[in-house]
Amino acid sequence: MHQLLNHCLIQISMAKKCEMKLLGSVGSPFVTRVKFALKLKSIDYEYIQEDLANKSELLLTSNPGLQKVPVLFHANKQPMSESLIIIEYLDEILPDVHPILPSNPSDRAQSRFLAYYIDTLYCPWMKEFMLTRESERKEELKRLIIEGSMMLEEAFVKLSKGKAFFGGDEIGFLDIVVGCFLGWIKFFGIIFGFNVIDETRNPRLAQWGKSLWSHEATRSVIPSDEIHMNFFKMLLGFLPPMPDMPIPA
Amino acid sequence: MAKNSEIKLIGTAASPFVNRVQFVLHLKSIEYEFIDENLASKSELLLKSNPVYKKVPVLLHANKPPIPESLIIIEYLDEIYPDIHPILPSDPLVRADNRFWANFIDNKFFPLFEELRRTPEKEGKEAIKKQLIEGSKLLEEAFVKFSNGKAYFGGDDVGYLDVVLGCFLGWTKFVEKHNEFKIIDEVRTPKLLEWTKRIWSHEALKDAIPRNETLMDFYMMLQINRPPRKATSS
Repeated sequence: MHQLLNHCLIQISMAKKCEMKLLGSVGSPFVTRVKFALKLKSIDYEYIQEDLANKSELLLTSNPGLQKVPVLFHANKQPMSESLIIIEYLDEILPDVHPILPSNPSDRAQSRFLAYYIDTLYCPWMKEFMLTRESERKEELKRLIIEGSMMLEEAFVKLSKGKAFFGGDEIGFLDIVVGCFLGWIKFFGIIFGFNVIDETRNPRLAQWGKSLWSHEATRSVIPSDEIHMNFFKMLLGFLPPMPDMPIPA
Repeated sequence: MAKNSEIKLIGTAASPFVNRVQFVLHLKSIEYEFIDENLASKSELLLKSNPVYKKVPVLLHANKPPIPESLIIIEYLDEIYPDIHPILPSDPLVRADNRFWANFIDNKFFPLFEELRRTPEKEGKEAIKKQLIEGSKLLEEAFVKFSNGKAYFGGDDVGYLDVVLGCFLGWTKFVEKHNEFKIIDEVRTPKLLEWTKRIWSHEALKDAIPRNETLMDFYMMLQINRPPRKATSS
């Protein structure tokens, strides 16, 4: 027990001296994910704000292929991009401080698969739903998003094993990977009147959303309502206003 | 010898993503049952095991939930048999870098093969060939970095990127022949070319690389089920 405590203390002091920098932009759930992981691991870092409409020299040179945020700089090591890769890295350099991925290989595989689903299907559906003007496509996307939420509800029931989070008693990988979209989900409700997570359809997820939202770690990483509103205004500003859609004030 | 008759792999011989998993199963000496899937007429088992994407490969291990997605399967196998021919390197930074390149290979490089097949006009095809060549040059650089003078991306023996990239060699040869150009050649990508010869002859890998006839059958099926796009009139 002493040894484990020692290990943790050594790693925490390492975390504090970590020389981490995170390049991100406001409103990006992928950046929020990494901030979450850094917070849980007690890693001090410098946050560098990127303006995606006007990309910086730093972003273009550190992530030339993709030019996307987040990018993690750890001391003088090679810059790292892709939120999921960054999270696995942080989990591996500080394995004893608030482990993020579950320990069981089968649960890890299921978690990684759901993360893959979120990033390749679910998030793109939500984004497209926000931006598409074709009402038929919007209806189809709504259906896919609703079906998806039921799949996530099932996954939550299986992985949480009766506890408050996907990670069990503590926030874990999927809590971060899905939870980073809670701001968007909230605003979907306000702007489109569409509840991605619904108390009747997804009772456990709805409860999870409340637990996560009120968690002390979350409040310091999820952007404020105002930031989300501005982010959506920016996204929606790329399209001329639709006659039947409320323009956020 | 990791005997485990409880491991089943749903797949098809022509899929490089399935071959990748087979590489790892062979390297780790894991016995498994191969369930051959006809992608033109998907089985109940596949649809039940991977309802979201309906794709191969899917790994079934005893009564655990099925695992789709080749890269996720590989990490799982590496975690349940960590001491038998480790696939991913041990250093976290190198692991992250390996995963980044796997992402590049799967999302930027390999999709070009299919794009080449579906692009109808010569001009369009030339543009994609150019992208493939650019991609191969990046992979040559990556090989030099990771191999550090040794024979494989993984160093002295086959590792993660050897498996992740090596599974495409059958299709690479096929596409090169079919389109009369070289993706990997001795002038632009000399180290990579040498590496491909080692992969083709590696004891644990060579039997899983599909031969031309298998690929031709699969190619014909793709031509029918997902035909090339119509040429736009100039």
